[in-house]
Amino acid sequence: MSAGTEKIDVTVADVTPVNELVTRFRFVRSDGGPMPTFSGGAHTVVEMQDGGRTRLNPYSLMSDPADRSGFSISVRRDDAGRGGSLYMHTKVHQGMKMVVSNPVNLFSLDLRARKHLMIAGGIGITPFMAQIKQLTAMNGNFELHYAVRTAALATYADELHATHPTRVHIYHDDRGEAIKLERLLDGQPLGTHLYVCGPKGMIAWVRKTAEELGWPREAVHHEEFLAPASGKPFEVKLALSNKVIKVGEHQSLLEAIEEAGVDAPYLCRGGACGQCETDVIGYDGKFLHNDHWLTDDQKSSGKKIMPCVSRFEGKTLVLDR
Amino acid sequence: MTINFNDETFYGDFTFRNSPKAVQRFPFPFPEDSYMYSVNLEPHKSYRPGSVYERTFDVDEHYVAEMKDRARVLADDPLRCQSLPHMTLAGWDLVELIMTAKAEEYPDLFELHRDGDRWRWINRPLGIDDTFTFLDETTLPYGPMEYITRQTQGDFAILDQRDDNLWMDAGMVTTQADWSLDFDIGMNFFEWHAPVPKAHEMGVFVRALKFLLNIQQGAPARRLNWTMTINPLLDTSPENYHKWGAMKQELTAENVGRMMHLRVELQTLFRLPRSNALVFPIRCYLIRLEDLVTVPKWGRRFHRVIRDLPVELATYKGFINNRPKIVEWLSKYDDGAPTSPGIWPD
Amino acid sequence: MIETTITPSIASRPVYSRLEPRPGKAHLLVADAEGAEAILALAEVAPSGFFDHAHVIHIRKATASTYTERLRGLKPAQFYSGPTYEAAVPRLRRTLLGAHMGLQVYLAGTESLMGQAMQEAAQAGIPYGAIQAEHRGSTARRMQCVHCKGITEDVTTDPFVCSHCGLHLFVRDHYSRRLAAFQGVRVDAEDPGNIPEPVERFR
Repeated sequence: MSAGTEKIDVTVADVTPVNELVTRFRFVRSDGGPMPTFSGGAHTVVEMQDGGRTRLNPYSLMSDPADRSGFSISVRRDDAGRGGSLYMHTKVHQGMKMVVSNPVNLFSLDLRARKHLMIAGGIGITPFMAQIKQLTAMNGNFELHYAVRTAALATYADELHATHPTRVHIYHDDRGEAIKLERLLDGQPLGTHLYVCGPKGMIAWVRKTAEELGWPREAVHHEEFLAPASGKPFEVKLALSNKVIKVGEHQSLLEAIEEAGVDAPYLCRGGACGQCETDVIGYDGKFLHNDHWLTDDQKSSGKKIMPCVSRFEGKTLVLDR
Repeated sequence: MTINFNDETFYGDFTFRNSPKAVQRFPFPFPEDSYMYSVNLEPHKSYRPGSVYERTFDVDEHYVAEMKDRARVLADDPLRCQSLPHMTLAGWDLVELIMTAKAEEYPDLFELHRDGDRWRWINRPLGIDDTFTFLDETTLPYGPMEYITRQTQGDFAILDQRDDNLWMDAGMVTTQADWSLDFDIGMNFFEWHAPVPKAHEMGVFVRALKFLLNIQQGAPARRLNWTMTINPLLDTSPENYHKWGAMKQELTAENVGRMMHLRVELQTLFRLPRSNALVFPIRCYLIRLEDLVTVPKWGRRFHRVIRDLPVELATYKGFINNRPKIVEWLSKYDDGAPTSPGIWPD
Repeated sequence: MIETTITPSIASRPVYSRLEPRPGKAHLLVADAEGAEAILALAEVAPSGFFDHAHVIHIRKATASTYTERLRGLKPAQFYSGPTYEAAVPRLRRTLLGAHMGLQVYLAGTESLMGQAMQEAAQAGIPYGAIQAEHRGSTARRMQCVHCKGITEDVTTDPFVCSHCGLHLFVRDHYSRRLAAFQGVRVDAEDPGNIPEPVERFR
């Protein structure tokens, strides 16, 4: 199979500032046709032609999965990031032609659940927006607990609370409100599934607390896209295509492979899905594994790397690509 | 209509026949003169007009007769179609996938008219004209998966995706190569493949699962699988094994060409959008050896494959005892000449 | 009696391991006959207070009162000792109905008992992978006849006679958790009447 996902040519229909940090973008098909339906929790990969380079960033779809007229995403501006969110905030305008991928879901609802218990932090609210619309249409049983910094930065909190006053609970950091997680997890009926999306620390806290309270691993779902870490530039030899490439400081290994015109598979570009797993033929140096995919044994074996998020420091690295 | 549908049976008097056109388009599964398991998956894209790969769901001259056979099997044993409660949404996904594909690719046979959630579905070969509300089970005579798979050739397994595995949580299975949906429903990918010899040790299933978990919307995949069957029996189920197993004794050196059939499964895989499940259609094509060897390349190659197949595989595929007779018969069609690569007739 | 060793087989054939205490708000322990020994062994390594939140269900079967007092001596919050699995089912279902996430389920004893109790726990919403099971006692199998769908309990020979339709079936290792049974298939399907002598494979 060829690399990546099926592509859709789209036009930016709306650019809507939501608050100081978050802007919403709506894409419609440039040919006027319907968008694919999707399942709540799915993301799309947005292609950005930023000067000479192509950025491919995944964003959760937050619109109604059954709405075929367009896709909506919300992007939080990250001034210290690698530049994708800044590009979205500063360069993307209404009427612009862009390319997005078909939806991919790595954070889907477990439809067997008796109850869906959702925990969101900050911009981690976006996948839940779509899941809640899907569950509402199916008369699903859900409850959302959403932590925000301030009321002014509480992306979509008012809308959610107005639509689902008994199911949605908002916690404001600046008012000293915090999710009482132990109490929340205690007394949930058997068959409840727990979902968490938010900052790394929150995900770790929720998973650890659930585990300590005896929640089965299969009932705890999380979504965390890792942004590729920046690091020292390094050189890589691609054995199959017989090329030597340079990976820049703010570039991922996957991006460098693509820039060299070599077809490499990918899906999530965030170290989670496993699609870009690449065999190492030889190396002299040390791997900086940043993914959630490889096992610890694989990471220490020196035989595998996930080029979407992981890096290398040392003399030589030869990949089977 | 562009297709003349056969009036034929897949049991009892076994009047099933392939027309010369059907023989020419038969999906012969061996690209080379030997066979071993592999993860032989490729994109399910349309190619070779007239071949079974041209359409998303191939409809051929056996369509009407196969659907009658399915109805007969279901009347005998309703457990051949089951869907665990959380799979209803995936059933609707399948309704949409099949109806839109068939209406677009066979406009003279099928029509779909959508007015919001009100859908009208016309199936001319089966004489069906139904109007229903999409996502409302009470407006269909069966559950959504059962409704549409009573009108589509091939078995269907719907696989729920969770915990980095696939779970066979729904299916319509009446044309199977000896496995029981009633027994296997609810199993994960490794469990329902457990009885397959050798492939686990070869790591085939680990690699295949990884691939399948990443199949995406709009990018279906396909592969071929095969076995052999005495008589053109679609329903070779374990449930009825005590009824068809004894037929294997009826094979003689004289009737091999008429009685022995190569059974090929065109397996496709589609990501379903609303449920994030995968649907796994398993379409069965049968051809008697007499017809198969009318393509000289296939006769030569099939003789070599069956002759050299490892014992475990011939046992698993259920023809180990009859292999000498089959090989003897096929050898008459193998002059030892080299064969060209690929599956197509020369 | 110590734990049973299960010969490695195909991927659908369940494997078992020693019960270990896991963190949880409540603990449900279900065992039959010698399965009681697995609970007693668990008690030796369980943290103090473990049984304050435990419900022990023991199906005596042929062991009669052998284990009753020792199990009661663990002082579980709830204790039930009953004659058969069927008699215990209403209690088991009622317990699961009122249970919450965080409940740990421990099963011990025969495959029939563990398989059926696992069905109930899974129905109630606990993933299979989160349910612990340790085999003790009889290795007799619970078999489904693939032809008539009837279940035959306590099968010790291969082939065996289906207690419902009377066909002679051979014993497969293919196992369905949904049915809590191994699969039995007619042994003389290809050669009717040619039935091998039954061999005792399980006891």
